Amino acid sequence: MSLDEFTGRFILRPMITELGHFALILAFMVAIVQTIIPLVGAHKKWPAWMAVAEPAATAQFMLTAFSFGALMWAFIVSDFSLQLVTLNSHSSKPMLYKISGTWGNHEGSMLLWVLIVTLFGAMAAWFGNNLPPTLRARVLGVQAAIGVAFFAFILFTSNPFVRLAVPPFDGQDLNPLLQDPGLAFHPPFLYLGYVGLSMAFSFAVAALIEGRVDAAWGRWVRPWTLAAWVFLTIGIALGSWWAYYELGWGGFWFWDPVENASFMPWLLAAALLHSAIVVEKRESLKSWTILLAILAFGFSLIGTFIVRSGLLTSVHAFANDPERGVFILMIMGFFMGGALILFAFRAGAMEARGVFGIVSRESALVANNLLLAVSCFVVFVGTMWPLVAEMFFDRKLSVGPPFFNMAFSPFMLVLGLLLPIGSAMPWKRARISRAVKPLRYVFVLALAVGGLAYAMQSGRSLLGPIGLFLAAWIVMGTIIDLIQRGGRGPDRWARLFRLPRADWGKMVAHAGLGITMMGVCGLMAWQQEDIRVAQFNEPFDVGGYTITLTEVNQYEGPNFLTTMGYITLAKDGREIAQLRPEKRIYPVAQMPTTEAAIDYDLARDVYVVIGDEQANGGWAVRTYIKPLTNWIWIGSGLMALGGLLSLSDRRFRVAAGARKSRQVPVAAE
Amino acid sequence: MIRVLLIFLLLWPATLWAVQPDEVLENPVLEERAREISKGLRCPVCQNESIDESHANIAKDLRLLVRDRLVDGDTDQEVVDFIVARYGEFVLLKPTIGGSNWLLWAAGPLMLLVAMGVGLMYLRGREKAPAAQEEALSPDEVARLKEILKE
Repeated sequence: MSLDEFTGRFILRPMITELGHFALILAFMVAIVQTIIPLVGAHKKWPAWMAVAEPAATAQFMLTAFSFGALMWAFIVSDFSLQLVTLNSHSSKPMLYKISGTWGNHEGSMLLWVLIVTLFGAMAAWFGNNLPPTLRARVLGVQAAIGVAFFAFILFTSNPFVRLAVPPFDGQDLNPLLQDPGLAFHPPFLYLGYVGLSMAFSFAVAALIEGRVDAAWGRWVRPWTLAAWVFLTIGIALGSWWAYYELGWGGFWFWDPVENASFMPWLLAAALLHSAIVVEKRESLKSWTILLAILAFGFSLIGTFIVRSGLLTSVHAFANDPERGVFILMIMGFFMGGALILFAFRAGAMEARGVFGIVSRESALVANNLLLAVSCFVVFVGTMWPLVAEMFFDRKLSVGPPFFNMAFSPFMLVLGLLLPIGSAMPWKRARISRAVKPLRYVFVLALAVGGLAYAMQSGRSLLGPIGLFLAAWIVMGTIIDLIQRGGRGPDRWARLFRLPRADWGKMVAHAGLGITMMGVCGLMAWQQEDIRVAQFNEPFDVGGYTITLTEVNQYEGPNFLTTMGYITLAKDGREIAQLRPEKRIYPVAQMPTTEAAIDYDLARDVYVVIGDEQANGGWAVRTYIKPLTNWIWIGSGLMALGGLLSLSDRRFRVAAGARKSRQVPVAAE
Repeated sequence: MIRVLLIFLLLWPATLWAVQPDEVLENPVLEERAREISKGLRCPVCQNESIDESHANIAKDLRLLVRDRLVDGDTDQEVVDFIVARYGEFVLLKPTIGGSNWLLWAAGPLMLLVAMGVGLMYLRGREKAPAAQEEALSPDEVARLKEILKE
């Protein structure tokens, strides 16, 4: 061993890890400073103290990023002297999963969580130059306080940098279910969403301390909420897509406590997005918007608590540790309790100013908020009920998908019905007949689409036709709304393309919601399933498709063994696709997984899973025809895209402090 | 090495499958009912899966039990009652309405009523509210306005 090699292996590499640990402790210290100094400064109106916030936020982010990078480095080089790496990695694991293994465990994922808290704080510091100085100092102070709580949580209960005295030769591998490209990026997006809501929370608390909420506040808080919501949408869609192709029976949503934990903040963030518009445009709904901002982040914390405490058992809970649960409960109690008490004292000061009629865009947005908030409440009650029933009524029971499908879906149905009407309403005062007039034909057309679907289906299900009706109604309704906005006259089409991007974003996101509803209803109503023992080269038919098993072979992958079926999919005698369903075994983690083979198509997916070899020489084969499934994710993608379009709207670019571009035109004019 | 691994592969005990082909009943109507019932029953040892989705052994036993009862002529409700009598209401994925559970089922509609009431009150208040007075500019703003006008 050369001297260089020696220094590299025994001095530099361990040092990077120690430096990462040290950086984390430093970041904790900086966060404490950033909490106290700017908040005191804002209270006393001392500019120098307030000015501490910006460099502190930058430093906090840099230190945390370095710490996270050091942990990732330990995973990349498989440094098994770290307990975390030993428990969650293996030297033969593909590089992508070594990297994603950094956050595929409790400690690492909490470090990612706090990294994102500091990232958002730093972004507010960098782009917040046009905020009033006291508000800015308070926002950054509150954001740092959230950081303090989670740094303490990591350092005292879940330190990722714990060493092993005697490092083993190899690690115990990451849960094979998590070794998947879809899931590798699911947690970061989800966390960006969860934690993005911390910005809305910080803005809300800062405004309460400030005692002032105005249109400008609405304009500042909306981009952060929008960004958080977009990330949540992508994160949830990735997770659901992963469940669809990985878990082996093509379910996409299980109403699992952890899924609900991400869905509740999504619902509230959607409500907050809409109510912030009312604050921005009409200076009304102020205290409600503040409350929503507090609650939305509260549900993010509840989500973190549910996942991390293992209180509600779930496949996702990889940390069942009461100590951690209690710690997060304390964090939650502190932030929610504090914010709500502050709210109780200060909300009275936020008087509404806008005056509007019962039939108006404002009222439509209130209805949107009611439906979203109540549906979130239903999910919350359903998720917590097993716990409540056991604690207070001594009943051990379950609340599963049938409950949620029945209790939650009606709200979405009403929301979908009202959406095109509400979004066509003008501000202040509207005449219902006038707002609805352009939508009449669309409604009839959508009814016709639903009726056609009802007549053409083989069963008597209402769900599928309702889905198609809603999709047609929402998509066409929002398009008509956008066209109306272009006005009349010969250059209306040119005007249409000059409309603010927020208008286009609204159209795309709403259409996406309708399309997702269609996918969900179509899949649930019209799925076909076939279970059988397939003999080699003996074709069988499922829902108009012919399926032939030709071969089954066994192979060795990088860190798994696989049994692969060779299946030909044909329709009307023509071959459509070759499908390769697999059963894998990951010997290190001692876990089997299925890899379904899916022939994707916009009209339907053909989904094939292979099972065991049977006594008579055949193989168990399970086939599903899943209609309209891909539209679930196409719709989610459109929702996220719509959010991004809105986010790029000029007024947010200006509000978020694109200083240079703002100053130049002013000078020129 | 590969041979050792392949033997390992063949000896692997559990399968990842829920309903096996040999469990399926000949009578498609009964089988359809069995599937519907199984989708509503929770696997007692799993995290959050119905016996229809689960590949645990007990789920398989329960699936066979459901089918046996159906073949013996039980109604759907009798089958469910039979299993609930043995495993408790924990296995019901759709909780009953009885007892304290009415609160669970009524929570959404009740909350909606309350929310609608509060919402309507708010909207009526906004409708009747006097048009807001334009707030006077704060001293800071007055100073800034002067500065802008000077330019």
